[in-house]
Amino acid sequence: MAAIEPMEQFLVRKVVDLPPIPVPGLGSLDMSITNSVMFMLIAAALISTFFFAAARRQVVPGRLQAVAEMLYNLVDSALTGGIIGDRGRPFLPFVFTLFLLIATLNLIGLAPGGFTVTSQLAVTATLAVLTFGTVLVVGFVRNGLGFFKLFWPSGVHPAMAAFLMVIELISFSVRPLTLAMRLFGNMLGGHVVTYMFASFVIGLGLFGLEGAGLAKLGLLGSAVSFMMIVALMALEFVVAFLQAFVFAALTCVYLNEVVNLDHGH
Amino acid sequence: MDVTAAKYIGAGLAMTGLIGAGAGLGILFGNYLQAAIRNPAAAAGERVWLFLGMALAESMGIFGFVMGFIILFVKV
Repeated sequence: MAAIEPMEQFLVRKVVDLPPIPVPGLGSLDMSITNSVMFMLIAAALISTFFFAAARRQVVPGRLQAVAEMLYNLVDSALTGGIIGDRGRPFLPFVFTLFLLIATLNLIGLAPGGFTVTSQLAVTATLAVLTFGTVLVVGFVRNGLGFFKLFWPSGVHPAMAAFLMVIELISFSVRPLTLAMRLFGNMLGGHVVTYMFASFVIGLGLFGLEGAGLAKLGLLGSAVSFMMIVALMALEFVVAFLQAFVFAALTCVYLNEVVNLDHGH
Repeated sequence: MDVTAAKYIGAGLAMTGLIGAGAGLGILFGNYLQAAIRNPAAAAGERVWLFLGMALAESMGIFGFVMGFIILFVKV
């Protein structure tokens, strides 16, 4: 029986080998197309094709356009509109792109043979740092040095406020870390758990087939594990969509703090 | 103690962080449901915050989970 290796599915392999490009001052840069890059390209192609096909600009939308409008409305009314408010409109493209990219990558990962790009900490960390950088830049551009009012609690004794400011600063700085780890952990965990139950199906099934007497109970365990996989896959589809939604929603919450800093919203 | 054994015990202990995440999610969804049944008209508007709270509660558990994986699979 093959060894059970739950982490093997997350290995990044080269699909198309390209020669390394020398970069002055940095050494050489390996731009080979790995399975991670390939699935990102597939996701980008899927999203583009879908929206080019859906955007017919009809007043009475067809089925495809209705789906696209539903997705757009979800981000527009619930996220940027609902959390940031009217000032959130300029951030709609950014949040919508994040949401679509993460949702598509998560869902492609669930397809048989698919590689889950969002289970790579490097990818989720890049997205999180991008979000964090946007929040910082928007915060400083809109508020100038008034950005630091974000950390200064109002209505507290100054000595206490100084202490709280340290805590606020720490909780602000770990945001990219939590953002990256949440998506990474959810995708990694879901796939590992599904893999473990799949290995139970085969392991217990073989045990039941080969053994006699009480060992036949292994077949029952195998069947139960199989039903667990079906249930877990259903849960994974929910999680895949929900984590993309949560990532976009948290981006909006963080942006809201700096966009509406001068007047509470 | 054998290092491998200690690793497995440590990874198992790291998973206890999920207790808090489970309790937190239970409290969150329980309270949301209670509020939604009392005032169904306001339920839809608070759903975004429900999922945000879910993400925040769950992330603590996920950190424990990731710690377990780091203990098991990261070679120092």
